[in-house]
Amino acid sequence: MTVPPVLEARGVVKSFGHVEVLREVDFTARAGEVTALIGDNGAGKSTLIKILSGALQRDGGAVLIDGEPVQMGSPTRARELGIETVYQDLALAPELGPAENAFAGRELLRPGLAGRLGMLDKKTMRARAEEAFTSMGTDVKDLDAPVGALSGGQRQSVAICRAVMWARRVVIMDEPTAALGVRQTGKVVELVRRVASTGVAVVLITHNMPEVLEAADRVQVLRLGRRVADLEARTATIEQLVGAMTGALDERPGTRDEQL
Amino acid sequence: MSAIDPAEAPDAARTGVVSSPRRWRRLLASSPAYMTGVLLVLVLVFSFAAPDSFPTPVTLRNVLTDMAVLLVMAVGATFVLVAAGFDISIGSVLVFSGVCAAKVMAASGGDGPGTVVLGAVTALLAGAAWGAVNGLVISKLKVPALITTLGSMGAALGAALLISNGTDVRTVPKGLISVATDRPLGVSWLVWIAALVALIGGFVLSQTRFGRHTQLIGSNQESARRAGVDVDRHTFWLYTANGTLAGLAGLLSLTRFATTTISGHTSDGLEVITGVVLGGTSLFGGVGTVIGTVIGMAIPTVLNNGFIQLNVQPFWQEVAIGIVLVVAVYLDQLKRRRRDQA
Repeated sequence: MTVPPVLEARGVVKSFGHVEVLREVDFTARAGEVTALIGDNGAGKSTLIKILSGALQRDGGAVLIDGEPVQMGSPTRARELGIETVYQDLALAPELGPAENAFAGRELLRPGLAGRLGMLDKKTMRARAEEAFTSMGTDVKDLDAPVGALSGGQRQSVAICRAVMWARRVVIMDEPTAALGVRQTGKVVELVRRVASTGVAVVLITHNMPEVLEAADRVQVLRLGRRVADLEARTATIEQLVGAMTGALDERPGTRDEQL
Repeated sequence: MSAIDPAEAPDAARTGVVSSPRRWRRLLASSPAYMTGVLLVLVLVFSFAAPDSFPTPVTLRNVLTDMAVLLVMAVGATFVLVAAGFDISIGSVLVFSGVCAAKVMAASGGDGPGTVVLGAVTALLAGAAWGAVNGLVISKLKVPALITTLGSMGAALGAALLISNGTDVRTVPKGLISVATDRPLGVSWLVWIAALVALIGGFVLSQTRFGRHTQLIGSNQESARRAGVDVDRHTFWLYTANGTLAGLAGLLSLTRFATTTISGHTSDGLEVITGVVLGGTSLFGGVGTVIGTVIGMAIPTVLNNGFIQLNVQPFWQEVAIGIVLVVAVYLDQLKRRRRDQA
């Protein structure tokens, strides 16, 4: 434990009204690794992810980046800290092209007076997006087609590449393969591995157990607002994961004690 | 006139250059290109039907002058529609701004350039004020744009009638009328002003960050928000700019007709939106160009002028435009559906 994890949640608490969704949950993600976050519906995955991407504010506990506690008041702040999120709905603009989507909200302006007038540097943006798509080995070939005309897998690639282009530390992916067919899922899993190999930490939320074991380095399981398991994917089995998710393997007494 | 021959594009694609033929094909398949074709056909038909009167500089000048006032508003409407918004109030805002400007100029008593400048500033401010109100209500109070601008359409016209006591103001300074009658390089200042507005609008929409954010908001508002675009602020400025352009149109209308023409603009909002949509701007946001709008606005005007010269009842223009509009939107929908199935 010499290097602190890139992203860490310690004892994070979150309630909606009387419903305690997160009860002192811990979570860690390390650079260059794919960390899968799994759990049954209602275990608190999406709430945790929203807190880690700045979309929700925690009620208690701490979030640390490179071992330093941080406040993430907004998604913009999270992005400044180098955390990018690929939402399940991808948040792409269907009428705009892949390059235009990749630079959405972060458009490059031309140098000099033209830039001060707000003039876009379309050439550079296009070239950089193309470079990112190519280096990630995606099959997004037509940079002029509107994203709405691409296949589901290609759209997913655009969303992931956009996140990777800007993420300095962490890419969070919410169910990136949920809407895809088998072949496209395989491609996206490859892409996820490649993203981690660039040195950023990948947090992968998914329901698909075989995919977890294939794509992830570590698996952290949430149940009832807590982390109940932190396993190495290499040695873990599907039975173990399902057991942790459902509580069947839970032998420790007193795990249901209430928070104040 | 085969500037838009779709058969050329696949040939170009086969020659091996990867990306630019695709771009050409896409350009040729776009709505503005189709509508340019429609416009050219109209011009040809009228030119053959009335060879002595239609293909003349006088017709061109008339068409351009007829278009000018509505085109100024259409540039603003293009931005609003691209951002998936809607503004039907512009005709009333035009009247309100014209009445305010005329009243202020009459009150100042002058007839020279100073009075004209005063009137111009009044018109722009009056338009901007209505636009800002629309923008605030839509972005902050989250009232749907259709309802908001339907409300301000009634309110602005009512306010104009209150200020003018229901009668047109006809005291327009000579300095202003000369703007309409002067013809530098053959066409009125009105046309040059409209052209300048279109040029600037086209540049801003297609080349600048403001334009890109407008497209982004119209295409997927949530995505724009997550990308860090201040959607509310942007929306506010869009409607404010749109109102300001309606104010400018009010000034131009005053210049052209030398009276406030209070009752003459009830359908302006719809005419503008029709032209903008004919030019390929999507009612659902995200897509649109100012060049398309220029062409879309030219089609009704050319039809009108052509029918008049052929002694066809000009009311046919409205029938024809209604049909063309529905067909154009149907084709656009068809294209989208095919794309979304891919």
